[in-house]
Amino acid sequence: MRQTPSKAVPAIELHGLERRYGDRPALAGVTLTVQAGETLVVLGPNGAGKSTLLRVLATLLRPHGGTASVLGHALPKEAWAARKRIGYVGHDSMLYRDLSGRENLLLHARLHRVDEPEARVAEVLEAVGMSKRAGDTVHTYSRGMVQRTAVARAVLHDPEVLLLDEPRANLDPGASELVAPLLAGRTRVITSHDPSDADTADVVLGLKAGRPHPLEGLYA
Amino acid sequence: MSAVKALLRKELRLELRTFEAIPAMTLFSIITFVVFHFALQQDTVEGSLASGVLWVTLLFASMLGTNRLFVADTEDGAMDGLLLAPIDRTALYVAKAIAFLTFLTALEIVAVPAFYLLLLGPAAGDAIPGLLAILALANLGIAAAGTLVAGLATQTRSRDLLVPLLGLPLLLPVIIAASKATAPLFAAGGAEALPGRWLAVLGLYDLVFGLLALAVFDFLLED
Repeated sequence: MRQTPSKAVPAIELHGLERRYGDRPALAGVTLTVQAGETLVVLGPNGAGKSTLLRVLATLLRPHGGTASVLGHALPKEAWAARKRIGYVGHDSMLYRDLSGRENLLLHARLHRVDEPEARVAEVLEAVGMSKRAGDTVHTYSRGMVQRTAVARAVLHDPEVLLLDEPRANLDPGASELVAPLLAGRTRVITSHDPSDADTADVVLGLKAGRPHPLEGLYA
Repeated sequence: MSAVKALLRKELRLELRTFEAIPAMTLFSIITFVVFHFALQQDTVEGSLASGVLWVTLLFASMLGTNRLFVADTEDGAMDGLLLAPIDRTALYVAKAIAFLTFLTALEIVAVPAFYLLLLGPAAGDAIPGLLAILALANLGIAAAGTLVAGLATQTRSRDLLVPLLGLPLLLPVIIAASKATAPLFAAGGAEALPGRWLAVLGLYDLVFGLLALAVFDFLLED
């Protein structure tokens, strides 16, 4: 299902990326390259532009300046091709609260044209420890269960690039350990408030007020 | 096509589970007919008055449904999940419009008999075949334009205000054509022939708004 990432093509390439909300710049001058299989950790205080960066990479927001490409697909022009190869866990669960976990995942599996959707959904639900509650509607889940189901949704189509906006939020240590294998073995972009997450990264980006910033003094 | 099927299944399942749109539209219609029944101080109405009462009520009821169309998608970022999928975004429109058409049909299955009961005499029974044709054509137009308006409004904070402000003027041609087409069916002396001219107007509206919505809906959902 997953395409073989080409080593010659960077998984993510940004040059002078800009994004504004009205007149307010949310991202400016972001330039970086992430190779296939690498992990980029984006650190920064609240409002630094971390989530905006992820939403641009997820094709949900258009860049207003500079260039951005994911797996060689220029955004936003080739967003459609990139979407097949991206998984995104955002602040919101992106799940319908009146559908069950299984129904939500089946919907996304069918939209992503996953082969044998029922079997794949059962597999990822098992992997995140949600098999027993899969038939219950999402609004009955705890926040941790919602987050686990959101992770399952993001990896359903076996994406090469995972965009994870504070993926451990709402997860206890056991649950974090449970979902970790699903997130491994892919190019990952992870936003975090925790500077110790930089230890696990191949590439680290500090952001402050939308601009790249050295890690020293990032939270000052 | 498989995306439309999956999305339509989701729409119908959500409505069956929450019962938010159809009961609201249906109850609104019945209450409005009851209000008209007492406000007009007549046991039965006929002709253009009966036609107007029916279509104005169905129009306002459809606005309730239009307002609810994207509510579940705006909760918990569910719409973002759909936008991340590698599908033609017109599939979202088509699935919503078909679901809305289903809701309107369900509404009318209850509302039209209630209208007959509360405001029309039993003699109006011979109007039913013609009325069904008008309802089908009008429903297509309401679903086509209503889904487009709902899609536009869902991108804004003032959705509840924008839907009637945009939807009512856009649907005016449907209501005019449907009322004109229906009035002869409710004539005092029994149902007269269906006016083909107004049916053609309804059909043209359906075609124009259907094509327009397919052309612009993708653009509406863009950031």
